[in-house]
Amino acid sequence: MELLVALSIGFLTASGVFLTLRARTFPVVLGLTLLAYAVNLFLFAMGRLTIGLPTIIDSAQGQYADPLPQALVLTAIVIAFGMTAFLIVLALKARAELGNDHVDGINLAQDEASLEHTLPPQKPNKQVGKTR
Amino acid sequence: MTSLTFLPLVVPLLIGISILLIQSLGLKRQRLISFLGAVTLVWVSINSLLVSLEGEPQVFILGNWVAPYGIVLVLDQFSAMMVLITSLLAIGAIWYAIAQQIDGKGAHFHTLFHIQLFGLNGAFLTGDVFNLFVFFEVLLLASYGLILHGGGRLRTKAGLHYVVINLIGSTLFLFAVGALYGILGTLNIADMAVKIAELPVEDYGIVTAAGLLLLLVFGLKAAMFPLYLWLPQAYANASAPVAALFAIMTKVGLYAIIRVHGTLFGSTAGDLAYFYMPWLLALGLITLLLAALGVLAAKGLREQIAYLVLTSVATLLIGIGLNTPAALSGSLYYLIHSTLIAAGFFLLADMITRGRGVYGDQFESGNPIYKGILLGSFFIFAAIAMTGLPPLSGFFGKLLILSAALEHDWFAIILITILISGLFIIIAVARSGSILFYQTQINQKPEITPFNKYAFFAVILLLATSPILVILANPITAFTESTALQLLDKIQYIDSVLNALPIERPQP
Repeated sequence: MELLVALSIGFLTASGVFLTLRARTFPVVLGLTLLAYAVNLFLFAMGRLTIGLPTIIDSAQGQYADPLPQALVLTAIVIAFGMTAFLIVLALKARAELGNDHVDGINLAQDEASLEHTLPPQKPNKQVGKTR
Repeated sequence: MTSLTFLPLVVPLLIGISILLIQSLGLKRQRLISFLGAVTLVWVSINSLLVSLEGEPQVFILGNWVAPYGIVLVLDQFSAMMVLITSLLAIGAIWYAIAQQIDGKGAHFHTLFHIQLFGLNGAFLTGDVFNLFVFFEVLLLASYGLILHGGGRLRTKAGLHYVVINLIGSTLFLFAVGALYGILGTLNIADMAVKIAELPVEDYGIVTAAGLLLLLVFGLKAAMFPLYLWLPQAYANASAPVAALFAIMTKVGLYAIIRVHGTLFGSTAGDLAYFYMPWLLALGLITLLLAALGVLAAKGLREQIAYLVLTSVATLLIGIGLNTPAALSGSLYYLIHSTLIAAGFFLLADMITRGRGVYGDQFESGNPIYKGILLGSFFIFAAIAMTGLPPLSGFFGKLLILSAALEHDWFAIILITILISGLFIIIAVARSGSILFYQTQINQKPEITPFNKYAFFAVILLLATSPILVILANPITAFTESTALQLLDKIQYIDSVLNALPIERPQP
């Protein structure tokens, strides 16, 4: 189980970092979400991995599952959820105001520059604002 | 007097909520409540400072659950000082926002402002690492709202960067806290310090890694090299009162470094004692050089001030990294000065920008500024204070740090870096002042723009702290010295947190 959890955390973190480094806002949002999942799993693992143990000290059981990381994860989930919601709204606002979804707001991403001629001509920003 | 410890938290929270509740009664009443709330907060903060001066750190046990099981609030001289600086900033920024009617340009300005103060004061007062994370999130979420206040293309772009980088920072914070909890089994700062003192050698690696990860997170907040790139655009594009309040935001990162790292890896930590100090010093030196180049390269006044904030952060990093009581005391003096003056400078820059009409704050030859002599005199005053020239407080702050640096092994590098970057900053600010006020197009008449003298009072209020800091230098340095000694005395902090007694329940 240790290996599985460790691999999941590593895979989620790697994917999250990769997506966060993308040039479009939507992959960045997804990347941050994956990073939040990774850190939640990590916090769970920090309370030691246990199966079928009570969260209170029971002398009959001998061992117990640490309840504190679970409380921490709960807090972290709530905060990450709120932050993601805020970030999505902000990304939409940026898309509307800046005219495209590049994180720097102005240019196409470098790996998409070759596609520039295939795109329809961009509308001026004010029009984009009005259509919303 | 213990019961007063939580007041700096409760006052802004209640004010923020009540402003939200009276939303329908109009902006005027919101302003009244908001301003009265800020005044109350100053009064509460001064009270907290007086309580903290009694010596022992005051510990408030939330929910009567004693440390290390519950969360505690700790009020010592350092946190009381930070709370007082925050409330002074707040009163200036709110005054300016009301006088210039900036608060009406978007919804919920005052609510967000007070929630931000709640988060800031919480971060300063808490004695628990996870609670520190939560308060960081509170202040960040409010700051996300504030940085976008008023709207606009550049503000949205800078705001997006600011939000994303801080969300990554929050994730790293959780990783670091999780790793520390996994090894130490506690989240109370004082208890963690005790556990680190008894740490077996094989766990040093993980704790060191987690400590450095935590330094990365706080360095991100404090805008330390190489994590400062978000700051100039975010600060330059925020509205003036928000930028003024954000002058304290970088200092929250520095506070967290001093509080968390200073306690966890302080003198009690055995082999791990102060392992992070060389990092702070080296990164502070690099930040200072790059920030000075940024001050030279800035294209507009507000961007330049943002870089000046960065130089003050870098100077503080160096001061903390020197790791002597004298350097820490000098840094605290410089911290008070740089926060309040940077805030005043941001407000002044907004007045200048308004006076220049279409030219905004860009460094290009424009029309003469209406009321140019008054604004120009205040500009040179703020510039002298900010660049650290005598006779104002920036000079004394730098002098205290530099004289403490003489005893350090790297004193040559430190002196050269601070003095050369100081020269760069002076050249840059002198040049921008002469472009703004002297190189004006002579044939043009000053555009008559409304000069808001009530708003200008907020500028005077914040900038007046500089001569006050000089005149009262003796008692203030005495205070910062005793604060530095209290900060370095880990035993007292740990003892007062872990031995704090719960309030006796009345017998039924």
